[in-house]
Amino acid sequence: MSNRTSLFDRHVSLGGRIVDFAGWEMPVQYSGILDEHRAVREAAGAFDISHMGEFFVSGEGSTAWLDGLLTNRVAKLAVGEAQYTLMLNERGGVIDDLIVYRLGDEEYLLIVNAAKIDEDAAWLGAHLREGIVFANRSDEFSAIAVQGPIARGVFQTVFGEALPVDRNRVIKAQFEGADTFVVTTGYTGEDGFEAVIPISAATALWDALIAAGAKPCGLGARDTLRLEMCYPLNGSDLSPERTPLEAGLGFFVDLAKDDFIGKSALAAQKSAGLATRLTAIAVTEKSPPIRSHYPVWTHGEAVSETCSGALSPTLGHGIAMAYLPVAIAKIGQEVEIEVRGKRYKASVVKKPFLKRN
Amino acid sequence: MNVPDDLKYAESHEWIRIENGIGTVGITDHAQAELTDIVFVEPPKVGAVFAAKSAAAVVESVKAASDIYTPVSGEVVETNPALESNPALLNTDPFVEGWIFKIKLSDPGELDTLKTPEAYRAQISE
Repeated sequence: MSNRTSLFDRHVSLGGRIVDFAGWEMPVQYSGILDEHRAVREAAGAFDISHMGEFFVSGEGSTAWLDGLLTNRVAKLAVGEAQYTLMLNERGGVIDDLIVYRLGDEEYLLIVNAAKIDEDAAWLGAHLREGIVFANRSDEFSAIAVQGPIARGVFQTVFGEALPVDRNRVIKAQFEGADTFVVTTGYTGEDGFEAVIPISAATALWDALIAAGAKPCGLGARDTLRLEMCYPLNGSDLSPERTPLEAGLGFFVDLAKDDFIGKSALAAQKSAGLATRLTAIAVTEKSPPIRSHYPVWTHGEAVSETCSGALSPTLGHGIAMAYLPVAIAKIGQEVEIEVRGKRYKASVVKKPFLKRN
Repeated sequence: MNVPDDLKYAESHEWIRIENGIGTVGITDHAQAELTDIVFVEPPKVGAVFAAKSAAAVVESVKAASDIYTPVSGEVVETNPALESNPALLNTDPFVEGWIFKIKLSDPGELDTLKTPEAYRAQISE
């Protein structure tokens, strides 16, 4: 199976190197991952995120229904606000991490991971309640993320209005007559926005964003940017076998809510104490780039493996995340990461790797 | 793509330059363009002995690690010290400053099995 987004022709004509990602033919890079990474940290980059899923939920009781399915408290969102949240199985394991946008009193947009669209839709569909209207409209929308310190100016140029100042907001805007959801969320740690737009208008929007100064960026830079911020990637850092508490995402879990799927498992895990915790590990000597599934050693023993890793383009050293036993998941703990049989010195550091002001 | 006329080429995108029975090995312009931003080079150990077409070095871009194969059999006699601090030399100057290792040929006859510049040009234009 291979899907193409509405921007596929643009990726090819801009010299994008196309790879398969979750069944989608996506650009991993155009000018180069380092160049694109730098553009986002210093100016602005544009990412095609059309492969991600757009779900709409409406109807009386939508808020309560979502609160029973997601870890964060949907009810605390005002209309126009958004929150990061997780959808769990009964064991408290992660099915998906997603962002919920409150569009109206009982109207929501959910943006979910590309690889999980079908699974998420099936899960939500299986738990559907009378009066709730759930629609997977992923096939109708494209989405473009614009991230970086000048992303705000790019938005002003293209949309002719100011971007909301605060993060985690959603507004409706018009682009050449197309109704567009503009959200101030992202996956890079930079200021910026994501525009969810009907497929028919996506190419024109992409062209306008590039013309306004956003550099085309691929999935490669998206991965290094998110890892510098310790944003988890589902399938690598999150899985049905790991809970959000182990992943260090307790901030997005409201155990004071009446109930949600996975809550009892999380409560039990919390009272029993965590066995492992997802930690940030910085390599402290010159090393090859760290990648996933590299062994992590401490006291002469392989105790875990990396679930994500990179050579941080901004920091210039290896960075990784790994689930470590809690006894060693402590800031300053010295560990080693093995690359091709050789171990490199590293230490557990506070998240994120990239400290922002 | 630059394919210098004075070199021999391996199908796996390495080049070799022969001087006095010593072969200098690197990766081609085509290979560096495919690999993109090279951020780490792990050279072979001096003194290591390799059979032709075996993995002798590793080159890593941001996204992936790739084995580099020695085009000929022999013993490694030198590696490029400049790559430790500047692996991007493989991108910027793959045929000169970006050489990876030098190998003392144990069977110079193997050179006849390598590609000529014309044959390599044909391969990468396919």
